[in-house]
Amino acid sequence: MVKQKVVLRFPPNIVEQPTIYMLIKDFDLMVNILRADINPRKEGRLMMEISGEEANYQKAMTWLKKQGLSVMNLEQQIIWRSDRCTHCGACTVICPTAALNFERPDMVVRFEEDKCIVCELCLRACPARAMETLVDNSNFR
Amino acid sequence: MKVNRSIEDINEKIRSGKAVVFTAEEIIDVIEEKGIAETAAQVDVVTTGTFGPMCSSGVFLNVGHPQPRIKLNEAFLNGVPAYAGIAAVDLYLGATSLPPADPANRNYPGDFLYGGGHVIEDLVDGKEIRLEATSYGTDCYPRKKIDTSFYLSEINEATLYNPRNAYQNYNVAVNLGDKTIYTYMGILKPNMGNANYSSAGQLSPLFNDPLLKTIGIGTRIFLGGGTGYVAWHGTQHNPSAERAENGTPKYPAATLALIGDLKQMKPKWLRGLNFLGYGATLQVGVGIPIPILNEEIMEFCAVRDEDIFAPIVDYNRGYPQREAGNLGLINYAELKSGMINIDGKKVPTASLSSYAGAREIAATLKSWIESGEFTLTVPAAGLPSVDAGIKLNTMPQRDPEEGEE
Ligand code: SF4
Ligand code: SF4
Repeated sequence: MVKQKVVLRFPPNIVEQPTIYMLIKDFDLMVNILRADINPRKEGRLMMEISGEEANYQKAMTWLKKQGLSVMNLEQQIIWRSDRCTHCGACTVICPTAALNFERPDMVVRFEEDKCIVCELCLRACPARAMETLVDNSNFR
Repeated sequence: MKVNRSIEDINEKIRSGKAVVFTAEEIIDVIEEKGIAETAAQVDVVTTGTFGPMCSSGVFLNVGHPQPRIKLNEAFLNGVPAYAGIAAVDLYLGATSLPPADPANRNYPGDFLYGGGHVIEDLVDGKEIRLEATSYGTDCYPRKKIDTSFYLSEINEATLYNPRNAYQNYNVAVNLGDKTIYTYMGILKPNMGNANYSSAGQLSPLFNDPLLKTIGIGTRIFLGGGTGYVAWHGTQHNPSAERAENGTPKYPAATLALIGDLKQMKPKWLRGLNFLGYGATLQVGVGIPIPILNEEIMEFCAVRDEDIFAPIVDYNRGYPQREAGNLGLINYAELKSGMINIDGKKVPTASLSSYAGAREIAATLKSWIESGEFTLTVPAAGLPSVDAGIKLNTMPQRDPEEGEE
């Protein structure tokens, strides 16, 4: 069994295809959609948690890439630069899932990647610019 | 009072490596266990710290003369304007200065990605800084234009001079409106979605010497990772603010003007910040040693978060419109718990000042004193305190077109 959060990016020509239906039907995977959006250029972005048999999962990923989609693990999307973080905590009330939170009573801020849903609110809310993304998501903001 | 120590007594002990030093956080438990009198008899110094955004900060630079000479008239450091209305190649770069090309809030809320605070961080970090400047040319200073670059180590002086730092207490900001607002107190979600505060509470310098009995002009301090001094009382200094029995003010009160040589400071403790929708600023690390001269000073240092109160202020209307009143007082222990109760509503809290940073600063200053490399200074003069009769003024607003009455 695997359980993985991924981000799919769809070029405009396949945004309207029933990709998720295929994942379920042909690859026998369980899909839990976390977030979906289409930007003004008609590119799609889908964040979801996929679980199922390892072999099926790998086949599905290969198939997705063949369709022209890009697939990334969700954890790679948002980066917390601990060297730039001042542990002020301003992000902790902005992050909707408490992926960024205070470790009490030490008052040290930590980033729990697995709780992050890549909403990107922290990118602009952090005054010290300690939150970064390697992927250009600006068209989705 | 049985304890009667002088700064000179303390310095003797520091020099011989025997000074007993605790941070303002550690001392709380020591006093809890031993009581004021015994702790005062044993402890020489308590160190404090704070690491928060402090907009009233900046640096005086002397960049040296080019050949031929120039009297800088309009000057930009990495595109950020520096004040040139002083001598020929002297400049003052303020933390909130913004490039003329910054879209500011035209694209609301603006990002303010690079301002004076960021230039200061880059300078201290040893990065190359571009200087572009123009002038009108004089007989003594003929050059009219310069475009060059420099490193901090190559210029004559770089003196951090912050007109207002280390605020003794600050507002807790909330938003009573129905839209998100973007302030110097951070992002405030509608209908009291969050409450932001900005103080290190029990570790904060001016909460440990609330009546300014030891901190004065010339007090040597930790500033930006190096050493600095208290230069004067800060702007908007308001020691007359209402106080609790333990001497701590319930509202923003005393402030300090700080000075120090930028060349020995560290980028870790001078961080350029950008507040969404508000602007650029500088996060400054400050630590002040409190000499335990007697039991009275010791008692002030015993202060804890639960005994320090701050006012909850609406930044949607109350603060910007300068309306009197607030939504009540709340103590720092509750603020630090992550959730407070305002009129029956649970409101999550966040801080803008770093408590972890404050703790590290107090610990660093403690280690400097313990190692004998940092001695205390006797202030050259005191700062105006509660008895100075200071009243905070607001801006006179009159119509210059209408003649004198
Ligand atoms: S807002 Fe930025 S600097 Fe402050 S704790 Fe969060 S990540 Fe760190
Ligand atoms: S991207 Fe969103 S969920 Fe992830 S850490 Fe930032 S604010 Fe939290």
